[in-house]
Amino acid sequence: MEWETVIGLEVHVQLATQSKIFSGSSTAFGASPNSQASAIDLALPGTLPVVNEQAMHYAIMFGLAIGADINQRSIFDRKNYFYPDLPKGYQTTQMDEPIVGAGAVEIQLADGSHKTIRIHHAHLEEDAGKSVHDLFPTQSGIDLNRAGTPLIEIVSEPDMRSSEEAVAFAKKLHSIVTSLGISDGDMSQGSMRFDVNVSIRPKGEDKLGTRTETKNLNSFRFMEQAIHKEVERQIDLLEYGEEVLQETRLYNADTGEARSMRSKEEANDYRYFPCPDLLPVEISNETIEAIRARLPELPDARQARFVASYGLSEYDASILGGERDTAEYFESVTQHCGDAKLAANWVSGELSARLNNEELSISHSPVSAEALAGLIKRIKDNTISGKIAKQVFEAMWQGEGDADNVIEAKGLKQVSDTGALEKIVDEVLAQNPAGVAQYKEADDKKRKKLLGGFMGPIMKATKGQANPGMVNQILAKKLNQ
Amino acid sequence: MHQLTIAELLKGLDSKAFSSVELTQHYLDRIKQLDGNYNSYITVTAEQALAQAQAADQARSQGEHALLSGIPIAHKDIFCTSGVKTSCGSKMLDNFIAPYDATVIEKFQQAGAVSLGKTNMDEFAMGSSNESSFYGPVKNPWNTDTVPGGSSGGSAAAVAAQLAPAATGTDTGGSIRQPAALCGITGLKPTYGRVSRFGMIAFASSLDQAGPMTRSAEDAALLMNVMAGLDEKDSTSADKAVPDYCADLNQDLTGMTIGLPKEYFGKGLNAEIEHSVQAAIKEYENLGATVKEISLPHTELAVPCYYIIAPSEASANLSRFDGVRYGYRCEDPEDLYDLYTRSRAEGFGDEVKRRILVGTYALSAGFYDAYYKKAQQIRRLIKNDFVNAFKEVDIIMGPTTPNPAFNLGEKSNDPVTMYLEDIYTLSVNLAGLPGMSIPAGFADNKPTGLQLIGNYFEEARLLNAAHRFQLATDWHQQTPSGL
Repeated sequence: MEWETVIGLEVHVQLATQSKIFSGSSTAFGASPNSQASAIDLALPGTLPVVNEQAMHYAIMFGLAIGADINQRSIFDRKNYFYPDLPKGYQTTQMDEPIVGAGAVEIQLADGSHKTIRIHHAHLEEDAGKSVHDLFPTQSGIDLNRAGTPLIEIVSEPDMRSSEEAVAFAKKLHSIVTSLGISDGDMSQGSMRFDVNVSIRPKGEDKLGTRTETKNLNSFRFMEQAIHKEVERQIDLLEYGEEVLQETRLYNADTGEARSMRSKEEANDYRYFPCPDLLPVEISNETIEAIRARLPELPDARQARFVASYGLSEYDASILGGERDTAEYFESVTQHCGDAKLAANWVSGELSARLNNEELSISHSPVSAEALAGLIKRIKDNTISGKIAKQVFEAMWQGEGDADNVIEAKGLKQVSDTGALEKIVDEVLAQNPAGVAQYKEADDKKRKKLLGGFMGPIMKATKGQANPGMVNQILAKKLNQ
Repeated sequence: MHQLTIAELLKGLDSKAFSSVELTQHYLDRIKQLDGNYNSYITVTAEQALAQAQAADQARSQGEHALLSGIPIAHKDIFCTSGVKTSCGSKMLDNFIAPYDATVIEKFQQAGAVSLGKTNMDEFAMGSSNESSFYGPVKNPWNTDTVPGGSSGGSAAAVAAQLAPAATGTDTGGSIRQPAALCGITGLKPTYGRVSRFGMIAFASSLDQAGPMTRSAEDAALLMNVMAGLDEKDSTSADKAVPDYCADLNQDLTGMTIGLPKEYFGKGLNAEIEHSVQAAIKEYENLGATVKEISLPHTELAVPCYYIIAPSEASANLSRFDGVRYGYRCEDPEDLYDLYTRSRAEGFGDEVKRRILVGTYALSAGFYDAYYKKAQQIRRLIKNDFVNAFKEVDIIMGPTTPNPAFNLGEKSNDPVTMYLEDIYTLSVNLAGLPGMSIPAGFADNKPTGLQLIGNYFEEARLLNAAHRFQLATDWHQQTPSGL
């Protein structure tokens, strides 16, 4: 039977506020355990929450970016459950009346096609702390630094039909929140986490199958893997006449396996009710419009601009315009070197390959935008060839200085001296009289190919530093004599 | 000295008739000598009190006059006090030394008041008799066989027994007014949001409100001038200007319309209490007020409504007491589940457990609509009753309690009968209105309370009406024998 996969995502995004959602404690990552946990974060008796206005504004920014309705009145609820990293014994979240209503984002797939993914709503909530199990031999530790970090939880409709679509959707959300500057989007620090709802159904069937929820996915790759495995598992079950059970599954990134965490029957009763310590959040039209007026450029608009003003292909524009850091880097290179096409090739090619290799984000690139522009300038003015440029780039990556330093130090400057080149050409031709004879007998079409055959030895003789355009000219001139 | 009101004590301090150190020492001596009979204090902070008194005397000698400079006050043990045990009347917090001050405590400190200590209370403010305290019941100074009321029973008894000139209390369903009535003192529950809840250990967040418990309306006004006001640390505190509550105390009552809800004078009301309330109303007519019968038709729903909403909120508010970070932890927990269940089973008393269970049930999936949501709808109806009534009248009056103080142990095994003692006070919390209880006579030789209910943020009007009554009568000046 042919199966159709149906995927919905719940995405938790940590907001880049200075302080927590209900207290004044810092949200900075990596501080020593519990050094950023105030009386409020520890849920000491008598403490009360006060909503961080910046967190609300960030949520509104996200809502506006996905064309959602902003609910001018939203309610914080308590979600009750006991866990050591949840100090109050309830999480303050939004249930029935979230701050951001329905919206949508458009994703682009590898084949160039577009698809709209609807977003059911997005709500504000607080993150929990962390339990630390590997620090003490017989006890668990609790670090409440993260407790109270503001999150938006983005809940999609079940609109995705493949892991590719799910990953494209997740990446699009990442590009939106980082472009807005409302999250650092740093997946390695848990700034974005995914819960994936997966079900399958026979192709052509309208009714949704029983879904499972896989939690704790903190990279695009893990998400993709987890979806693949889960779809396979469900197909196996159904094809062997068994049932898919509605359950929550927990993904283990180390083993790449997911296991059942709890079934529907074991599901917690969270006893949601409106938090009496917080008044309903009222947001005026003026506030919403003021935030709208200050919205930074969004990825879709930026990509369109890259096509229009830099003449990039839609594909290049989506690679370079999706993430704010990449876009800013690319625009900076372009500005400094004056050649968008070359800048695009280098950023999306050599640079991004190298960054991927070392798992570095572009903001941590050892080669700055200005330095890369310096390299491109030397290609443009024929100081070096594109091929030599890769060698120079590698040296720059290793910290050996800027393009000019490297070219100078390594003597990589292109040979453009006509006299010197003519001498080398003469030598190469003299060593290969048969080739010359073959050339002279050939027709135009073949000649072009044969001309290339002389190029190799010439480049070898000049250690690749001969100006290829000039060599071509000289060769043609000499052979046609 | 212990017979003087705060207004009189301030004059005495000003005229150097006595110093704050002398005054404070006098109260500390009395507590030491007499509180064995009443058990009104959980913690007495003698050293700290004398240090504060000394500082107040010094400030006064340098011409500084903070509002309550040098006046000793007792605080209900529900307010977090930095460096001092804050138990909330529970074994759960018997070992809890608060690392910070509640806003109310901070405000009293800024006003120069001296803190004598922390008063006994029903565990987590859940109770109407002060019998649910981990520290044992408080005894009513008028008759030590009877309860002082609750949950601010320690504060009420301390003021009635003259072991403090005044005390703070909190009122979620009558916990200031009912013990004030039973102990023959003056108690005010302000409008919800008028006084900060920050640092006040939460029972039911949408109902809890702190207020003064004093010997007179004038003293209550003096304390309100310190306690009231916006607090940025409490999102539910009101951003509304605070009047000088002493300014209009003497205003003439001519033309004031008093509403008497017919539902407050029906079945279940003790005849002597009814008589004392009617006599008090007569007195108000003599003072120029007119009286009008009104109806608060949803009154009888207040008890069931309250006993859904308050336990529901409490069930979540008390989840933080889990034995993980502070407070009571059971011995040698086997695992996390054991740690949770045993710490809570051993740390909480019966009444607290009862309410957590009720609240958890009311919020459960499948029951939420029938209980919590329905209760919220009823709450709106109760509120609307008052809103409509205040279109016709300036102030509502009636009894504070249906009965005078009952005997210790009499109702402790019958929670529903106990809950019915709060029938006249609960709806005021559900509506969020200010309410007051002032002494109005005796029933069976026990004090009775007259309840005054005002419109939102009209504490000044309540204090004015109470003060004029106290100028014309001497019920508030009666004291228990044997002091």
